[in-house]
Amino acid sequence: MRRRVWILVLAAPVIAAAVLLGSDSRGLAASARQAQASSVEVKIDNFSFGPATLTVAAGTTVTWTNRDDIPHTVVSDDKVFKSKVLDTDEKFSYTFTKPGTYGYFCSIHPKMTGKVVVQ
Amino acid sequence: MTKNVKDEILHDHNHDGIDRRGFLKCMAWAGTGALCVMQGGVLKSYSLSRLSDLGGGAAAGGELSFVQISDSHMGFNKPANPDVAGTLKAAVDKINGLSAAPEFMLHTGDISHLSKPEEFDTVDQILKGAKPKDVFYVPGEHDVLNDDGKQFLERYGKGSKGGGWYSFDKKGTHFIGLVNVMNLKAGGLGTLGHEQLEWIEDDVKHLKSSTPIVVFAHIPLWSVYPEWGWGTEDSAQALAYLKKFGSVTVLNGHIHQIMQKVEGNVTFHTAASTAFPQPQPGKADSPGPMKVPAEQLRSILGITDVNYVRGQHALAVVDSSLA
Repeated sequence: MRRRVWILVLAAPVIAAAVLLGSDSRGLAASARQAQASSVEVKIDNFSFGPATLTVAAGTTVTWTNRDDIPHTVVSDDKVFKSKVLDTDEKFSYTFTKPGTYGYFCSIHPKMTGKVVVQ
Repeated sequence: MTKNVKDEILHDHNHDGIDRRGFLKCMAWAGTGALCVMQGGVLKSYSLSRLSDLGGGAAAGGELSFVQISDSHMGFNKPANPDVAGTLKAAVDKINGLSAAPEFMLHTGDISHLSKPEEFDTVDQILKGAKPKDVFYVPGEHDVLNDDGKQFLERYGKGSKGGGWYSFDKKGTHFIGLVNVMNLKAGGLGTLGHEQLEWIEDDVKHLKSSTPIVVFAHIPLWSVYPEWGWGTEDSAQALAYLKKFGSVTVLNGHIHQIMQKVEGNVTFHTAASTAFPQPQPGKADSPGPMKVPAEQLRSILGITDVNYVRGQHALAVVDSSLA
């Protein structure tokens, strides 16, 4: 008898969680979207963007931080966004609202390229 | 160092008077103030102090003498060199100490580090202390940030065409300053562009093939190391327009180390920086500033002294370190 009660007690929170996660409850899904839409970082170091390809949800703000000891820029291939020159520790942010693939490069060192895929 | 060596040419593949063994020997000396000159098909080397051995000396008989400096990166202040103004001043002292006073200077770009007005001002101020008063500039990619080169052109582009290219003559030698750091494309190398290429063709069209040519631009006009962007996409076209000339010297910067290559009648030479060194191609993850022990820094930074002695096939190019 006790064991059964014990199992039920343990199972209850698990079942409750499963119900909540599985549901289309607006509240939970919305907060999950909100958590994803917070800033995502791209680190610039050693003449490269890391990660080189970044996949984010629409509405996400991407922040590039220059950790290299030489200045770099972040310039979209299609003129969608363009940072000023970023010296060491300077940042540039852009919020991607429309889905698509956004190629970019450093206009000072054009061999440095990266991509943001917005879903 | 005094060396007077006669080298026998073993395999002259390019028919230019230098074989690979002689060329590599020359390269090894380049950083220590040695001079390699071709005379009658034989490679000879001289120390800087014996420059006068070259058929009467460069200064005699109205011969041409000038200095190339490069990559001063005024405004850079990271560990690789916290005092780029000091090392630029040391370069000026070196220039002022040359036995044959150069007539003028070429600066092959990256004058500033962040295209800031005060950085350009500081370089102008320091170079005022050099004996040669005329300085000819071409921009590096660090000089044209933020404003598509507008500030650079205002300061140094008087009389230039388009994006800042121009030519001038000194004692019968034709100098061509080129700009290959504008409109860079993603994943690309340096670029000259159609308009500039057409201008080059036109500029040299009526020159006699015996006219010595000196081309200077920031990014190397030969493929040093494309993986690091060390090359110019359309330089082959520019060099094709110079094919008829018996002596072409190409002076570049950007890579912060001395490199030399001879191809037919064209000698390519890159200068050391006066600010900080960069790694050799492929010897590091990236071409960033290379830290060396403080006491070694000035021996890796330097200036380039160029002399034209009439009758010689090539311009004599001598690199000297700041130490």
